[in-house]
Amino acid sequence: MCLAIPARVTHVTRIDPAIDTAVVDLGGVSREVSIALVPEVEVGDYVLVHVGYALNRISEEEAQETLKLMAEMTRLLDEEMGNADVVAKPA
Amino acid sequence: MKYVDEFRDRHLARQLAAAIAAEVDPEREYRLMEFCGGHTHAIFRYGIQQLMPPNLRFVHGPGCPVCVLPMTRLDQAIAMTREHGVTLCTYGDLMRVPASGRRTLLKAKAAGADVRMIYSTQDVLRIARDEPERQVVFMAIGFETTTPPTAVAILQARAEGLKNLSFLCNHVLTPPALRAILSLAGPEGVRLDGILGPSHVSTVIGTRPYEFVPNQFGIPVVIAGFEPLDVMQSALMLVRQINDGRREVENQYSRAVGEGGNARALELMARVFVTRPSFEWRGLGFLPESAPALAEDYADLDAERRFPVTVETSREIKGCECPAILRGLKEPTECKLFGAVCTPDNPMGACMVSSEGACAAYWSHRTHMPSSGLNR
Ligand code: SF4
Repeated sequence: MCLAIPARVTHVTRIDPAIDTAVVDLGGVSREVSIALVPEVEVGDYVLVHVGYALNRISEEEAQETLKLMAEMTRLLDEEMGNADVVAKPA
Repeated sequence: MKYVDEFRDRHLARQLAAAIAAEVDPEREYRLMEFCGGHTHAIFRYGIQQLMPPNLRFVHGPGCPVCVLPMTRLDQAIAMTREHGVTLCTYGDLMRVPASGRRTLLKAKAAGADVRMIYSTQDVLRIARDEPERQVVFMAIGFETTTPPTAVAILQARAEGLKNLSFLCNHVLTPPALRAILSLAGPEGVRLDGILGPSHVSTVIGTRPYEFVPNQFGIPVVIAGFEPLDVMQSALMLVRQINDGRREVENQYSRAVGEGGNARALELMARVFVTRPSFEWRGLGFLPESAPALAEDYADLDAERRFPVTVETSREIKGCECPAILRGLKEPTECKLFGAVCTPDNPMGACMVSSEGACAAYWSHRTHMPSSGLNR
């Protein structure tokens, strides 16, 4: 019920902030959505789409940051394991 | 798909699982509640529980707006179609939810009521414009995520002077429900070590409204995205907080969530809604300050005032354990009706209707292999 899907804005129609719409690409399907909640969106932005509304913009930098953090969280482990192996090896 | 595929990588999932396994303290239990049905669905769909060490358990919370809607509200909607002949519009999730006497909106429709499934509140406005001779009622439902689109429709209906559209408001708020669950102490309560916070709700309200959880209950919260890697990274963040003895609200879903949420959405909501003193939740009873209602300025658009009906207090189907499941006290398989009498094709309770309900999630993914849905 609360799921929202990322979609890329391909077209924006501005008449009045309350009724402005955008066309988004939802995995290959074009769909018109209301941008009443994110009037500042521009073509090329990614937005979260929920029940026909763009709820919020998605930040590319933050997404990269999250992926980087994930990789780091697991790399530390790799290193620790690697070290542990080395330590565990008989001299 | 961008912002989806990167967060379903199988290799990274295995590494995150290994990191979690390495960091959990084998001497203790980690009970993490995912408040939101979207997380429950992801946990089952991607077999995330199976990737976790045995002492880390996901406890399913009440976070599906369809599952927590009390029968009385459905009875009320059905009565409106019967007694006032209104055209009732709502999201598809609600069509098969059992009301009293095993009625549903779908059955009411088959019996002649004008019930229509819509995708967006823009559809509702269109129907009202196109059919001025009908009284159209939008049965609005959802957490803070779905509430702003209702607010937009209310403002639009007012701006256009639509006289034949009104709103039956069933929106509910997540922080009071979380507070209610954490306040249940003793044998009725559930012991929790961390909370995966609802992220799409937080795109609207931000992360701040959850600060009471660490501050008052001493339990850490991580606002978690819905993709499998989001859920796993959030679990790892919770494990680290618990191990370090930290109690904070952390934000894993920073690509879409900020501390303050969506200011414009909040402003539109504040314009049309006030908080009801109390509202009934299935499984949690009456909770104070837990649901919005139309503000006095918009009373003429309130379907409850325009089409009054009286309905009796409804009783749940005997044997259905939804109330205990919604509080995190029982698992679906502990319900005697599960699978035998109650299936998604023939649901007895709300937890089996919506795909985000715990019973439906258990049922649909009961035979799946671990991590079957992850990218290679
Ligand atoms: S299995 Fe069906 S009857 Fe049992 S708790 Fe779930 S929804 Fe209710």
